[in-house]
Amino acid sequence: MRHTISVLVENKFGVLSRISGLFSGRGYNIESLSVGETIDPQVSIMTIVTTGDDLVIEQITKQLNKLIDVIKVTDMKELDHVEREMVLLKVVPKPDDRTEVLNLAEIFRGRIVDSSPKTYTIEITGDEKKIEAFVELMKPMGIKEFVRTGKVAIAREGTKKKQI
Amino acid sequence: MKLSGAEILIESLKREGVKYIFGYPGGVVLNIFDSLYDEKDIKLILTRHEQGAIHAADGYARASGKVGIGLVTSGPGATNTVTGIATASMDSIPIVVFSGQVPTMLIGNDAFQEADIVGITRPCTKYNFLVKDVKDLSRIVREAFYIASSGRPGPVLIDLPKDVTAGRADFVWPEIDIRSYKPTYEGNKWMIAQAAHLIAKAKKPLIVAGGGVISSGAAKELRELAEHANVPVTMTLMGLGGFPGSHKLSLGMLGMHGTYYANKAVQDSDLLFAIGMRFDDRVTGKVDAFAPHAKIIHLDIDPTSIKKNVRVDVPIVGDVKKVLTVMNKVLKEEVKEQWDEVRRAWLRQIDAWKAERPMTYTYSDEIIKPQFVVEKIYELTKGDAIIATEVGQNQMWAAQFFKYDKPRRWLSSGGLGTMGYGFPAAIGAQFAHPDKLVIDIAGDGSIQMNIQELATAVINKLPVKVAILNNRYLGMVRQWQELFFNERYSHTKLDDTVPDFVKIAEAYGAVGLRATKPAEVEPVLREAFKIKRTVFMDFVVDWKEKVYPMVPAGAAIDQMLFEEIEKKTEKKLRAVK
Ligand SMILES: Cc1cc2nc3c(=O)[nH]c(=O)nc-3n(C[C@H](O)[C@H](O)[C@H](O)COP(=O)(O)OP(=O)(O)OC[C@H]3O[C@@H](n4cnc5c(N)ncnc54)[C@H](O)[C@@H]3O)c2cc1C
Ligand SMILES: Cc1ncc(C[n+]2csc(CCOP(=O)(O)OP(=O)(O)O)c2C)c(N)n1
Repeated sequence: MRHTISVLVENKFGVLSRISGLFSGRGYNIESLSVGETIDPQVSIMTIVTTGDDLVIEQITKQLNKLIDVIKVTDMKELDHVEREMVLLKVVPKPDDRTEVLNLAEIFRGRIVDSSPKTYTIEITGDEKKIEAFVELMKPMGIKEFVRTGKVAIAREGTKKKQI
Repeated sequence: MKLSGAEILIESLKREGVKYIFGYPGGVVLNIFDSLYDEKDIKLILTRHEQGAIHAADGYARASGKVGIGLVTSGPGATNTVTGIATASMDSIPIVVFSGQVPTMLIGNDAFQEADIVGITRPCTKYNFLVKDVKDLSRIVREAFYIASSGRPGPVLIDLPKDVTAGRADFVWPEIDIRSYKPTYEGNKWMIAQAAHLIAKAKKPLIVAGGGVISSGAAKELRELAEHANVPVTMTLMGLGGFPGSHKLSLGMLGMHGTYYANKAVQDSDLLFAIGMRFDDRVTGKVDAFAPHAKIIHLDIDPTSIKKNVRVDVPIVGDVKKVLTVMNKVLKEEVKEQWDEVRRAWLRQIDAWKAERPMTYTYSDEIIKPQFVVEKIYELTKGDAIIATEVGQNQMWAAQFFKYDKPRRWLSSGGLGTMGYGFPAAIGAQFAHPDKLVIDIAGDGSIQMNIQELATAVINKLPVKVAILNNRYLGMVRQWQELFFNERYSHTKLDDTVPDFVKIAEAYGAVGLRATKPAEVEPVLREAFKIKRTVFMDFVVDWKEKVYPMVPAGAAIDQMLFEEIEKKTEKKLRAVK
């Protein structure tokens, strides 16, 4: 099962390698990882997407909690939450397809952030399904470059932990 | 008045109550060593290898319950500590290691004797620090001691760039509060009540006590629980001494080389109360077949230990001493007589297993059996000694044939299984207990891994004793080769290359004694115990001897091999020689 785990950490030197070292050292995999400062510059938030059965996920959250620099660990599976990811795509459509690319980008609420005679660079934000769907549609158009931020997630206000 | 970083460090160590530092000098720690030159309250013990220093600090910590301290230089000095740190980490031992580092400005430049020791030790420390500003030094030292000794204890490393120890600042001793680190000591009341209820009801309960009982200082509470509720107790290798080995409720050690009766009891029990232990694979054997009939209560201060390897019915996160104190109160409200009645059949069954297969070995008049040496040590010391061990057969026999009645008398590398641990650990323990008899039970292979520490023992006039069970083999590996690799002794035979340990001891200024016949064992031990100096005892033992019982890798823990198996193949064995 795939889980999105949100980890609040002290924004200290070496903390990222403590977290990634925990995953590699214990054979857990990281599907995506995004890190950034919070409003409090002494605290960072990491969003980690990982997979494992219930026992593995329980170990992962416990092990994360055990790290001295970790302030709080939340398994988003237990909460109603919103997940987003941003992707930047550089596509090289055939001249005939250029309008189609623009249309599709519009439908998906993407933005053209750069264009050249041969390429468009599109920014698209959304949950996994939306991004996947868009990427599938762009593939036949010719994707030249592709970068993604990794997921970030936030709990919806007023939700309590789900009983699992 | 401003102090130098080195002076701040020493003042901080004093405030933490440090008496001994085990260390080795080098370029970037010269400032610290210089400050130690005139120091009266803290003594630096110069070992002959940094690995020895860390094991000594670890042995000091295990024997005393205090934090052990190491101090080394950068680069090779720091990398030499890694095995010692990993050893302490696996066994949850509180030590603080100070490593020198190149000046802050040069970090990352491949400077002379630079090693990224913070990076290297990240996975084998509980936490580590790089001090970047001398103003942070005292706070970091304080945090390091707190982290090392609280919760689940463990090693902490502090990397000290040269300019930090040379820099100057006002001395402050700030209160610390680490918001992201709050160990749980008090167990959940409801869980404790539920556990007590299960214990009261159980027909075949069994306590499995681990290293957590020792680190929590909960031997008294554990004994109270076991005696009051009439529950037998088995111990992990790390738990030895957490409950008196000579107590009638003791089943000795469980697991791969545990007693027949302990393993049988685990497999037959209806309730297993795991206290401060982590279900290592040497304990569980085949996990799916472990304690098939038992409900499991697991008490541990570290939530990651719980449900890591085995299913658990009642998890309790908390400190052993605190939780057992509450639990004993709850149980006191129940009627004791009722248990003596309910448990009678179970205890009788355990006695039957004890009678069926006690811990034995075949004694010989002609050749010294290694178990006989351990037995004699037990007999002559009446169990009143601190025993350190190396790793391998020597370690297992020391666990099986010596009964540990008190905590902190048994110093052995369980988790990492570090050959070369025992001798420096014994040295550290002797500093903690100058008047106690400290004995390292060793193998001829392991002792050569830190034999240079003879110099440390001799120069400090330590009466440490080393009993080498000299079988001329890397015995434990040879045992596996004999049993599972068709007696192909690939690179385990040391034979002619085993040095003359008596001469080595003498060369360092220690005393060397040797026994080659069973009749010489007792006189040699008696003489060694009389001499108030460092003594090496070379016991030339039967090389064929194996550690039994033994659970083969991957088998359930009641699928044990016993000594008879060997008897049948005796002929074949001789042919090999
Ligand atoms: C050659 C060899 C053979 C071995 N054979 C065996 C064998 O037959 N049987 C055996 O048992 N071992 C054996 N071992 C040792 C084994 O590898 C493990 O080291 C050992 O079993 C671990 O013991 P433990 O579970 O008590 O854990 P430890 O490593 O001592 O861990 C202690 C546990 O207690 C917890 N704890 C710490 N402090 C507290 C506290 N204050 N309150 C609550 N909990 C606390 C910790 O979180 C941890 O989970 C062998 C080792 C070697 C090298
Ligand atoms: C540093 C290290 N290297 C290798 C091993 C693997 N090992 C485990 S037991 C053993 C043999 C130990 O031989 P010896 O010290 O003579 O003890 P014996 O088993 O003969 O009592 C070896 C090589 C280890 N535990 N530690």
